[in-house]
Amino acid sequence: MTASGVTGRRRAAHPLARLLVRRLGAMVLLLLGISLVTFVLTSLVPGDPARAALGPVQGEDEAAVAAWNSRNGLDKPIPVRYLVYLSNLLRGDLGVSQQTGTPVLDDLIAYIPATAELAIISVLLASLIGVGLGVAAALRRDTLLDQVLRVVSLGGVSVPVFWLGLIVLYLGFFVFDLFPGGGRIDPLAIPPAEITHLYTLDALFAGDLAATGAALHHLALPAAVLAAYNIGYIARFTRTAVLEVINHDYVRAAHAKGLPARTVVRRYVLRAALPSMIQILGFAFAGVLTGAVLIEAIFSWPGIGGYAYRAAVSLDLPAITGVTMFVAVVYISVNFVIDVLYGVIDPRIRAG
Amino acid sequence: MLTVAGLTVAVPTPNGPANVVRGVDLEVRAGEVFGVAGESGSGKTMTFLALLGLLPAGSRVTGEAVFDGRDLLALSPAERRRVRGRDIAMVFQDPMTSLHPMLTVGAQLTDHVRAHLAMGRREAREHAAALLADVRIPDPHGALRSYPHQFSGGMRQRIAIAVALACRPKLIIADEPTTALDVTVQAGLLRLLDELRLQQGLTIVLITHDLGVMSALAQRVSVFHEGRIVETGTRQQVLCEPRHPYTAGLLAALPPA
Repeated sequence: MTASGVTGRRRAAHPLARLLVRRLGAMVLLLLGISLVTFVLTSLVPGDPARAALGPVQGEDEAAVAAWNSRNGLDKPIPVRYLVYLSNLLRGDLGVSQQTGTPVLDDLIAYIPATAELAIISVLLASLIGVGLGVAAALRRDTLLDQVLRVVSLGGVSVPVFWLGLIVLYLGFFVFDLFPGGGRIDPLAIPPAEITHLYTLDALFAGDLAATGAALHHLALPAAVLAAYNIGYIARFTRTAVLEVINHDYVRAAHAKGLPARTVVRRYVLRAALPSMIQILGFAFAGVLTGAVLIEAIFSWPGIGGYAYRAAVSLDLPAITGVTMFVAVVYISVNFVIDVLYGVIDPRIRAG
Repeated sequence: MLTVAGLTVAVPTPNGPANVVRGVDLEVRAGEVFGVAGESGSGKTMTFLALLGLLPAGSRVTGEAVFDGRDLLALSPAERRRVRGRDIAMVFQDPMTSLHPMLTVGAQLTDHVRAHLAMGRREAREHAAALLADVRIPDPHGALRSYPHQFSGGMRQRIAIAVALACRPKLIIADEPTTALDVTVQAGLLRLLDELRLQQGLTIVLITHDLGVMSALAQRVSVFHEGRIVETGTRQQVLCEPRHPYTAGLLAALPPA
C-alpha cells in the first residue's frame, strides 16, 4: 500500500509532460490525415475551377483553360499535387487565392483576428452568464427559477441566429440608433497599430481608450447575438454537469465537515464538474470561431466566415483548403487544450 | 451527552413523503461506543443525518435531540453547520467515494479545520500531518500532497477518520465504516477507532448491520426496525438474550460460527 503510494507520487512528476508529448504527436498525425482528406475531397468535387475563375467567355476557350490549369498545377495527377501541396504547406505556403490574388496565408491572417475577437468576446460573455445560470438552476432544481431558466436557455438555443441578428440590428441600429450598423470600427477611423490584430487590445496597447470603446461598441451586438445561443447551450450543460456531481458522497461528506454551503459548491461541486464544462466551453469557442458566417454577413464583419463563403461559391480551391485546414487546426487545438486541462484538473488522468 | 426524543423524519420521494423514522428515543452516553443495528432502510442512518441537518432538501423532521444542552433540531442552519464537523463528525461507508478525487488529501484535511478553528495555513498543515500519523498513515507529509486514488480502501478510510477527528469533535458518527472494506482490513480499522476513542475521550455512534462488528466494539446497542427502535440494551443483553423477535431473527440470520 505504502510502496505503491510512494512510487505513484514519484511518477506523478512527469505524467503531465508525457501527456503533452503524446497529445502533440497525435495532433501532427491528425493534421496530416485531415490535409490528405480535404485535399482529395476538394480536388474531386464536381465543378471546374478554371472555368469558374476565367468566367463564361474565356472559359469556353480550351487553350485558356489549359493554360490556367497548367499555371495552377491542375494538369498533374492528384497524388503529385498533394505532395507539392504538402511540401508547400510545411513551408507555410498555402497557395494563392484565385479570387483575391494574394497568398491564402495572408488572407487568413487578415480575416482570422476579426473573427477571433468576436469569438473571444462572445464566448467569454456566454461562459460567464451561461455557467452562472446553469449552476443556479442546478442548485435550485425543480423550483420556479429552474423552470424559468430552462425556458430561457431553450429559447436561446432554438432561436435562429440570423433572425435574432436581424432583429437586434434593426432595433439597435435602425430604430434606436444606439449601436453602429456593422463593421469592426468606424469606416473613416484609422485602425489602431496592429500588434495582436485584435482591435480592442491593440487600441488598449496604444493607450487609445476612445478606439477601445469604439471597437467594443462595434463588437457588442454581434457578440451578444452569438452569445445568446451559447448561453442556452452552456447553461443546459452546466446544469447537467453540476447535477451529476451534486449527489456524490464527497459532496455530502463536505457538508458533514461543516463547510459553508458556498465553499462546498465552489471547491467540491464545481471542481468535479469542471472537466465537462471545459469541454462545452471549448467547443462553443471552436464553433463560433469557425461557424459565424451568418452573423458576419449580417453585421458586415470582415471575418473568416465571409471569406470561406466567397471561396466556396467561386471554387477557389487554395482558399477552400486553407480555410478547411484552419478549421481543422482550431478543432484539434481546442481538443488538445481540453485534454491537457483534464490532466491538470484530474490527477487520475495525469497518472493514467 | 446526546438525548433524542420522539424523532420522526419524512423524506420526499417521487410518490410523496416517506416516513422513514417514526418516533425514535435514544440516549448516547459520554465515552461509550453506542451501536445502532438494523437492516438497510430501517431508518438508522436517516436518524443521524437528521440530527446533523444533512437530509435531502424538503425533508421534515420533528422531535428533539439535545446535545450538550442544546436542541440540535432547534438550531438555525448556520448554527448547525458550526456543530457539524466541529462537535459532531461523521465517517461514511465508502471511502472510495467519500473523498474528493481531485483534491489532495492535505486540502481535504485542512479546509474545515481552517474554517472551524481559524487556524493558519501552515499550522493547519502541521495539524493535518499529526492527524495522519495518529491514524497510522506512513509518511504523513508526503500523504498530504497525494490524491485519494493513490491509497488503498483501508488507507482511505483511515484518512476519512482523520478528517472526522480533525476538529477534535466530542462525538463521531461512523456509518458502516468497515462495510466496504476487506475483512482483513476491518479488524485493524475497528481497533484503531477504539484506541482513538480511549486516547481522545471520544464518544462513538457505530451504525452497522454487521453484528460481528457490533459485538467487537459496542457497549450498548439499539436495534432499528421499520423506523422504530425495537430493543435497546447492553451488548450482552441484546446479542445474547434478545427480547424482541426481530432481534432474534437478525441473530438467527448470522451464518453459524
